[in-house]
Amino acid sequence: MIDRTNALHEALDQVLPTVDGVLGLKSGPSGIVAPYLYSKEQPGELEALAIWPKMPVPDTLKIIQKAHPEAQFAVVCRGCEERGIVEMVKHAQLNWNNLTLIGLQCTQDEALFCRCAKPYTTHSKVTIGEPVAGVPDPVTEGFAAKSQTEKLAFWKEQFLHCIKCYGCRNICPQCFCNVCALEDEKWVENGRLPMSLPPMYHLVRAMHMTAKCVACRECEETCPADIPMAIQFRLIARDVEEMFGYETGASIDQKPPQLLVLEEGEYERTGLPH
Amino acid sequence: MIEYKNVLTTCPYCGTGCALHLQVLDGDLVGVLPAKNHVISQGGLCIKGWNAHAFVQHKDRLRTPLIRKNGTLVEASWDEALTLVAEKLGAVKAESGPDSIAVLTSAKCTNEENYLLSKFTRAVIGTNNIDHCARL
Repeated sequence: MIDRTNALHEALDQVLPTVDGVLGLKSGPSGIVAPYLYSKEQPGELEALAIWPKMPVPDTLKIIQKAHPEAQFAVVCRGCEERGIVEMVKHAQLNWNNLTLIGLQCTQDEALFCRCAKPYTTHSKVTIGEPVAGVPDPVTEGFAAKSQTEKLAFWKEQFLHCIKCYGCRNICPQCFCNVCALEDEKWVENGRLPMSLPPMYHLVRAMHMTAKCVACRECEETCPADIPMAIQFRLIARDVEEMFGYETGASIDQKPPQLLVLEEGEYERTGLPH
Repeated sequence: MIEYKNVLTTCPYCGTGCALHLQVLDGDLVGVLPAKNHVISQGGLCIKGWNAHAFVQHKDRLRTPLIRKNGTLVEASWDEALTLVAEKLGAVKAESGPDSIAVLTSAKCTNEENYLLSKFTRAVIGTNNIDHCARL
């Protein structure tokens, strides 16, 4: 197998002169990795190119693209990041036409680390590395197998540790509302730890991630309390797929269910009260 | 040329020493990203760290020292402010002795700053009255 870093270098050498910038990862002081916009004016910077640990690249791309809507960017993205970009395009957060995607395929180890069902890209024309199959998510499956009482006890215990850093919201590329319900005292009480039950912060987030979460697991990775919150998003994603036939980040054309006006019959199919 | 980079730094708020990235877009500070493979913070931050960029260009941020004159805070130069503080500390020391002065250091200071504060307290003022804000 060709080394992914070498292959990525070759691909970036080709694309760099043709765009206004290439968003990838860069190794900084002490090998700490962060997103960086490589430019043709400073190709030498590519010597510090990094691929791991992954970062919330779609969110960074949004910041750059909002400031430069006309610019052409290439972006190095993994499967989850590509799905994130697709979903953000559909919610008018990114411009699809000004992007060149360079798909970085995850390794088996990386997929296991993320408990990822789709560790590969599907839209990127240029791909780096060999795609590997998705892996099971024992954490989510373990939770799903619990009884209702055990599930409630599990979340009560987990949310007890939440320090309300808002990191899961901040790092989430799909959290982009201008006005955030989590900053509204009507929903989330200020200045109280552990948070009162029911944990509205997490319930609101769970609802807002419906048909949006692309399973990148950035929220879990940044959580100082190690709350396995992706469990709830993944189970909701399963329901959304079943009810609406909607797979987040898969197709650029399929409208997200939040943006559809449902006909009477379709409503019944969702099983929701109507 | 469009410029986006992350500047690795240490969170200024407490003594834990979490690392964070300051996101810089075209020379402007636009946000914070945690540092995933950092040995201390391991990709996490608290709510203060996540907002560590917010005060830098905040409109309420003090740009100069303020000296209270006739009950009103007036903008002053650093020279003026430090001279005033030195004179007042000197006067207190001359009048009531060095042990009438105490210094509280802070977890927000660097090791080097805390070292200097220790030297300042013991060698310049001449007292052992130095402690740390975390023991208040």
